[in-house]
Amino acid sequence: MIKTDTLIIGAGPVGLFCVHQLGIIGLKCEVVDNLDKIGGQCIELYPDKPIYDIPAVPECTGEELTNNLIEQIKAFKTNFHLNERVEELKKVDKKWFIKTNKGTEFEASSIIIAAGVGSFEPRKFPTKEIEKYEGKQIFYSVKDKKIFKDKSVTIFGGGDSALDWAIELANIAKVILVHRRDDFRGMQASIDKLNELKEEGKIEVYTKYQLDSVKGNNKIENINIKHDDESMKEIKTDYVLGFFGLIMKLGPIAEWGLNLDKKTIPVNTEGFETNKEGIFAIGDICSYPGKLKLILSGFHEGALAARGCFKYAKPDEKYRFEFTTSSKVVKDRLGVKE
Amino acid sequence: MPKITFIIDQENTQTIEVASGLTVMEGAVQNDIPGIDADCGGGMACATCHVYVTEEWFNKMPKKEDGEEDMLDMAFEPKKNSRLSCQIIVSDELDGLTVNIPSKQG
Repeated sequence: MIKTDTLIIGAGPVGLFCVHQLGIIGLKCEVVDNLDKIGGQCIELYPDKPIYDIPAVPECTGEELTNNLIEQIKAFKTNFHLNERVEELKKVDKKWFIKTNKGTEFEASSIIIAAGVGSFEPRKFPTKEIEKYEGKQIFYSVKDKKIFKDKSVTIFGGGDSALDWAIELANIAKVILVHRRDDFRGMQASIDKLNELKEEGKIEVYTKYQLDSVKGNNKIENINIKHDDESMKEIKTDYVLGFFGLIMKLGPIAEWGLNLDKKTIPVNTEGFETNKEGIFAIGDICSYPGKLKLILSGFHEGALAARGCFKYAKPDEKYRFEFTTSSKVVKDRLGVKE
Repeated sequence: MPKITFIIDQENTQTIEVASGLTVMEGAVQNDIPGIDADCGGGMACATCHVYVTEEWFNKMPKKEDGEEDMLDMAFEPKKNSRLSCQIIVSDELDGLTVNIPSKQG
C-alpha cells in the first residue's frame, strides 16, 4: 500500500502541472497512467505537431511541452505508475483507497482526475465475430514476437506500427500487409523498406482492402478481405495483427458514482471538486459553464484543485498563499539554490 | 441558416440548423446528435467524429487534406465517402447536406 496525499489519474500536461502545484504547497502525490509513457494526448496523438497557444511559449511540439513539464517537476521526484489503469476507489473514514488493474494499491486523502477523455486503448476490428480470437490469434500489440516464427501473419494498418512490425516480422514469418488505401502514412524510410521487401517477395501487400470476415471454428484458418470494388480475396493465415491507433475510453471512471455529463465530469469552478468529496477533476475531462478544452485552462484548473486538496491532506493546518518568486519555503521545495 | 441532416440509423434522422462558419461536428455536438463523439474537440487527432457523406454531396465539398485521410485510417469502418465532420465547415453552399453516422466511432 502506497500512502500519499493525492493520487493523480492521468500523466498528460494538466496532470503534470498539477504535480507542480501540489509540490509547491508541500503535498506529495503519485501519478497513474494507462499509457506506457508520460505526456497523454500530447505524446500519443501529436508529439510532432506544433502548439501555438501555451502562454509565453510561442511555439512548441507536444513532445517539447511534455519534456518541459517533466523538467519543471523534477524536484518533486514523483513516482509515475505507467501502463496501469485505476480500477477501483473506495472511501474508508476520510481516506480514499485506490486499486489499479495491476494490483497496485494507494491510500490518499484526495484524488485528482486529469484523465482527458479516458484511457487510451487500441482500436479494434469492426468485425464482431472475431472477438473470441483476441489474444489467441488476433492481437493489437506484440508482446512476444517469437510466437510468429515460421507462421503466416496478416497485418492490417498503414501507419508506423503496422509498417514497423511488417518489416520486423518479415525476418521470421510470412507477412501479408493489408491497408485500406494505396498511401501509407508511416515514415518515408519505412515505406521505402516496405517496397524493397515487396519487390524481393518477402512481404505481400494488398491495398484498398479491409477485413471482411474470418473462417474457422475454434481456430482461424482463413480470412476474407474485401476490396473497395467489393471483390473478395481469401488469405490463409495463422495470426492477424491490427494497428489502427488508439481510442480513448472513459472506462472504470464511469463506475465510481461521479456525476457525468456525456463523457465529462461536472465540477464547481471554485475548486474543481466533483460531487464526491475529495475527488477533483481537471483538464478535458471536467465540465462547467464556459469550459474550454485548452491546455492553459487545465493548468488553471490544476492550480485550484491542488489548493483544494490541501485541507484534506492537512486538516489541522491553514493553507497560506505564497509566490514562487518570494517564498523561501516554496523555493526550497523546488530545489532552487540561491 | 444552412440545414444539415444526420441519418443516425434506419429509423432516426435529425435535421438541424447550423450557422455558417461552424463545423458539422460542432453543429452535431451542440445539438446532441448521438454518435458524434469528437473526443479531441476538433483537432483532427482522433477520428471519432467520422461520418459518411452521401455521394451527391461528397464531390461538392472541398477536398480532404492529407492529415484527414491519415486519421480516417483509424476510423471505425472507413469507406470511400468517409469524412471527419470536424473538417467540414458549414456554408450556404452546404445547405441541405446529408451525412450518415457510423454504427459506432470505435
